[in-house]
Amino acid sequence: MNPLAHIGRAFSVFLYGVGHFVIFGARGLSHCFRPPFYPAQLGRQLIDIGYYSLPVVGMTTLFTGMVLALQAYSGITKVGAETAIPTIVIVAVTRELAPVLAGLMVAGRIGASMAAEIGTMRVTEQIDALTTLSTNAMKYLVVPRLIAGALMLPCLVLVGDIIGTFGGFLIGVYKLGFNPSTYLGNSWDALEAVGVISGLVKASAFGFAIAVMGCYHGYNSRGGAQGVGAATTNAVVSASILILILNYIITELFFSR
Amino acid sequence: MSQHQPPTAGRRPKIALSGLHKAFGPKHVLNGLDLEIAEGESVVVIGGSGTGKSVLMKCILGLLDPDRGTVHVDGRDTTRLSGSERDRLMRHFGMLFQGAALFDSLPVWQNVAFGLMQAKGMSRGEAKRIALSKLAAVGLEPAVGELWPAELSGGMRKRVGLARAIATEPDIIFFDEPTTGLDPIMGDVINDLIVKCVRELGATALSITHDMASARKIADRIAMIYGGRIIWAGPVSDIDRSGNPYVDQFINGRAEGPIKMQIREE
Repeated sequence: MNPLAHIGRAFSVFLYGVGHFVIFGARGLSHCFRPPFYPAQLGRQLIDIGYYSLPVVGMTTLFTGMVLALQAYSGITKVGAETAIPTIVIVAVTRELAPVLAGLMVAGRIGASMAAEIGTMRVTEQIDALTTLSTNAMKYLVVPRLIAGALMLPCLVLVGDIIGTFGGFLIGVYKLGFNPSTYLGNSWDALEAVGVISGLVKASAFGFAIAVMGCYHGYNSRGGAQGVGAATTNAVVSASILILILNYIITELFFSR
Repeated sequence: MSQHQPPTAGRRPKIALSGLHKAFGPKHVLNGLDLEIAEGESVVVIGGSGTGKSVLMKCILGLLDPDRGTVHVDGRDTTRLSGSERDRLMRHFGMLFQGAALFDSLPVWQNVAFGLMQAKGMSRGEAKRIALSKLAAVGLEPAVGELWPAELSGGMRKRVGLARAIATEPDIIFFDEPTTGLDPIMGDVINDLIVKCVRELGATALSITHDMASARKIADRIAMIYGGRIIWAGPVSDIDRSGNPYVDQFINGRAEGPIKMQIREE
């Protein structure tokens, strides 16, 4: 077969997929503002995404903060700038590491679970059953997940900011010999509202992206258990890639000069 | 092929399908299908696997959009309804899915009460009372209402699915392969329940099946689909003398005849 035809077909399929996904996301977003609303479903998702993700996000950011302090120390002792360690930790954690790593961990945990749950509902005709019971599946299944994703990831990242900074503090004080009040003072001085706010904006965008990807792949899964498995994998991979792309775009918006 | 008999003479059909076409890529599943169902009538569409029975039902329910043709319910064309209009129409429908399609995340009574609470806005207590009465109507104890769908046997799942389908007392009930996957005795129990529930509600019923015992029991009229069209339709009492070789081959389950089984997809 003509290799150009192969490339053209693959590109067409890619564009179709992107268009389909964008329409799905836009439909989901528009349903967020139109009744009926399902508060019980939203509550369930808020707990599932927010509360049950706390341990994994907490562990991730704690060890990230600790490793960051160690790495920073081993890197900057050569130039004699050890006092910059609290600044490096807090800036890196609040601006980048907490939102991105929390986003990636939640993409693995929640994106997969959304795709698997909605995908199973699709292949077992439960989504068709919702429609026959006069219930819009977008409003009942997708909207609560989108709202919960966009609301809860910033909360997780805020907690992650604190725990990550605490991880750096533990290493700084108990391993590198910093005075605790000096470390905290340096951290406080380095803390900028724009850093925290940009991290929270990123988190909200990542949460929405994770939920859209999970719902989109689950909603459009086909072909039984294999299809649900593929949807789950695709949801996690595509959400992770989207997080990295959005991270660049939002960083550019906040910090480019 | 013989012409199917004229339906619903002198009465406005509850459901009227006209010139329905539906294709998936190059495969034409429905090919100008016509069918009318009178109010209060129970019609069973029979046909082999892959002949378009499920597609036909999904086109009526609005789960699939037909490529061409019209679906009229109570004289109204339902093929181009908006989302909210479709939701309102759905309140007149009940549906028993082949695998029951119960919501895994809800206990049995909430599955049955789902349409009452979500679509009709009924209070939780009132919906639960009605759900338990519908479970009793299909021969299930109130304790079953507290179980989860994963804890039910195949026959119990079908009964719960039936209770859910009749909970909102719909005008039209659809049954997708109601006895598939059940043993013959449980299949007959489900058939009896379908007949009882449809009669008590005075509902119009459309079923699709390839189980002839089920079709004979629940149908007032049988229609056979083949090649994307209804090739024969008539009262259930006429099915054995249809004079249609396709119908004869199908109801007698013979490998030899005008219907050639497709071993490979083309």
